[in-house]
Amino acid sequence: MAYFLQQLLNGLQLGFVYALIALGYTMVYGIVRLINFAHGDVFMVGVFLAYYGISYFQLPLAVAMIISMGGCALLGITIERIAYRPLRRAPRIAALITAIGVSLFLEYFCSLKFVFGPNYLSFPRPFEVVTWEWAGINFSNIQIIIFLVAIFLLVLLQYIVHYTKMGKAMRAVSYDQDTARLMGINVDSTISFTFGLGSALAAAGGVLYGIAYPQINPFMGIMPGLKAFVAAVLGGIGIIPGAMMGALIMGVAEALTSAFISSTLRDGVAFGILILVLLVKPTGILGRRTGEKI
Amino acid sequence: MALLEIQGLCKYFDGLKAVSNFSFLLNQGELAGLIGPNGAGKTTVFNLITGLYEPSAGAIRFHGEDLLQLKAYQITQCGIARTFQNIRLFNDLSVLDNVRIAFHGHVTYGMVGATLRSPSFLKRERELTEKARELLKIFNLPNRQDEVAKGLPYGEQRRLEVARALAANPKLLLLDEPAAGMNPSEVRQLMELISWVKAQFNLTILLIEHQMPVVMGCCERVTVMDFGEIIAEGTPKEIQNDPRVIEAYLGKEIV
Amino acid sequence: MKNRPWVLYLFPAFLLYLAIQGLIRYEVINPYWQQVAEYSLIVSISSLGLNIIYGYTGQFSLGHAAFFGIGAYSSALLIKALEIEGPVIFILCLFAGAILAGLVAFLVGLPILRLRSDYLGIATLGFGIMVKVALDNLDRLIPMMGGSRGMSGIPKLTTFTITYLFTILAIVVLRNFIYSSHGRACISIREDEIAAQTMGINTTKYKTIAFVMGCFYAGLAGGLYAHLYVFLHPSNFDFLKSFDPLLIVVLGGLGSMSGTIMAAIGWTFLLEGLRVILPPQILDWRMVIVPVLLIIVMLLRPQGLFGGSEFAFLKSKRVSEG
Repeated sequence: MAYFLQQLLNGLQLGFVYALIALGYTMVYGIVRLINFAHGDVFMVGVFLAYYGISYFQLPLAVAMIISMGGCALLGITIERIAYRPLRRAPRIAALITAIGVSLFLEYFCSLKFVFGPNYLSFPRPFEVVTWEWAGINFSNIQIIIFLVAIFLLVLLQYIVHYTKMGKAMRAVSYDQDTARLMGINVDSTISFTFGLGSALAAAGGVLYGIAYPQINPFMGIMPGLKAFVAAVLGGIGIIPGAMMGALIMGVAEALTSAFISSTLRDGVAFGILILVLLVKPTGILGRRTGEKI
Repeated sequence: MALLEIQGLCKYFDGLKAVSNFSFLLNQGELAGLIGPNGAGKTTVFNLITGLYEPSAGAIRFHGEDLLQLKAYQITQCGIARTFQNIRLFNDLSVLDNVRIAFHGHVTYGMVGATLRSPSFLKRERELTEKARELLKIFNLPNRQDEVAKGLPYGEQRRLEVARALAANPKLLLLDEPAAGMNPSEVRQLMELISWVKAQFNLTILLIEHQMPVVMGCCERVTVMDFGEIIAEGTPKEIQNDPRVIEAYLGKEIV
Repeated sequence: MKNRPWVLYLFPAFLLYLAIQGLIRYEVINPYWQQVAEYSLIVSISSLGLNIIYGYTGQFSLGHAAFFGIGAYSSALLIKALEIEGPVIFILCLFAGAILAGLVAFLVGLPILRLRSDYLGIATLGFGIMVKVALDNLDRLIPMMGGSRGMSGIPKLTTFTITYLFTILAIVVLRNFIYSSHGRACISIREDEIAAQTMGINTTKYKTIAFVMGCFYAGLAGGLYAHLYVFLHPSNFDFLKSFDPLLIVVLGGLGSMSGTIMAAIGWTFLLEGLRVILPPQILDWRMVIVPVLLIIVMLLRPQGLFGGSEFAFLKSKRVSEG
């Protein structure tokens, strides 16, 4: 039983990190209907920015995280501006292919020797790891940090989305871009803001991921990105609470499969769950059927 | 036996009553109109008949056959074709192909025959293409046959939709606002076309329209809906003077 | 109505074959580039398959590499187990692999094809990953498959002739299918599924047909691949590899056979060509340049290079021919 709870805890830890990445996917999809394949690689850049911040500039963790978030926000906004905005009136698939291109570019560019290099690096932990035990379960301060930071950011996001003018603009543009424009909302900057916000959250997720799983390399964003994306779909793509829910489910499912079934089947089971959910509820757990007007 | 029998048809969308207690009979050879203010549920009735929506309650019979057991494409193959309020053409296909697709239900060659270009395939394709061309001629679109459908002017797109519906070889034709967006002379041409087509192809037609000249001029019988229910039925003259109908369109104070 | 029967167009294709085969025989084209050429044709076949599914029928599938893998592994298993050497039985085994891929596609398609576009993409992506996980672990059941160590010892039975033949076959079958009522049914689904239904088209049936056919093509291509590179590893068939046919189909122009083929051949030769052209110090830049080129092409020509149009010989000559 204790073992099960332990794995549950590990799953939640992973899930919260996925949640921070998944939010970026879901917000961007909600606002421009684009699956931003490059998002997982923005996550990766976030990890590396923090890595350099801590290793070379001896920055404290919080500062490194903030700088990483800022840097990735800028990166996300730039990508949107250069690669996606020009294709807004083009068929959706064109933007998707471009997103794939951006993803590949980020991965391979960052793996060049003069950038991050292709090898695995070790993410530093600028604090003492403390563990303690309670009822047969091991906790560590890493988990506490992850939970606290993630929850703080999630609450902050909810505040932004529901209690600020920009949040209202984001929601309006998600519903109907043209009408929002007619209502005087600056659609371009709203979209930029969304990309920036999502990227910043991914960067935060990256730093937390780096603390927990310190082996980093330029291709590390592929799998977590994919899983976070699946999590967003699982919960209902475009719906923020859905992304959080989906991410926690994915994280826990992955941890439990790894522990109780087999770690090599881990990925297969997670996606199996996704397919089952989609067959029962095609728009995801919290998804609304956007009925087409016939 | 009536061609189309609808009894007690209801459709709810999450508690919103779109159609309620809709009962209707249509006989072979009739040209009937279905009118009512926007949001009255007219298109919903069409969607229910053609199998795009599943009713919450009620029965629909066509030629005695229970339509609720059938899928949308099977209903079409039974002999019901329609056009759409917002024009649903196959936009990136040519005008000719739009019509040819509707012949699909009556195609006799299999995929193997098509792939190997068997003689029966070639013959059938030729026949089908000829028929499609003829339909286009009737609807005054023959020069446009290779043009992409979305490039057509609005009025021609509407005509193309009707031509396409006819290609499906229906006994019952459902037209959803065929005159929408047309100017008076186009409307007159449309009315002539509808009458001609009805006689030529031996059709029964049910028409949704907002343009009163079409309704008054074409329809033998009119059914009026409001808020999902039938509020009046009769000849065009009768419903024109019906106070309930006037109230539905213009509001209580006017009456 | 005079039409040139489509069979006539096989003559230039045959001449092209003779030309290339001649160049190979007289060693103007060395074995390395011959292999690249064969691979480009294999990629064409696979991409044509995705074109059927996505370009023509509008079903967004991100699991194409999985079916490529199913075809590759199953035909390789059959040939290794039966110790085949001759070309005729080889071809039969290729078909067996392709049929298996088609069968799996049918079974998977039954529940999945009712999902709407983006969700279908994700479901097929998920399926693709499950297949990759299976390939990694199936050596516990079938040791010959090699699991994550890879499957080796596959005889090199793929030749330029066989590959070329299958490519031509793939093109002809697809072209004849598309220019028929069945093909039009598929296209109408892409254009407007609801309108298609009301025009009497059984959209479920045709989505399934397109999906099975497309995955059959992928399986066939996979079998050819297995017996060209003679070593299979599950990582060759992971979801990232499903992006390649997607890129090609979009680059070439959705719903254009000519576009798909040109893009497939072009993409393959670009990737290989850069490997040769770039000096060793900046060889790493190869995979940086390629995505940048991709982005630029998409920005400049989002409808794809051929944008839905075809070479004249692939179009139906007279509209009446179909």
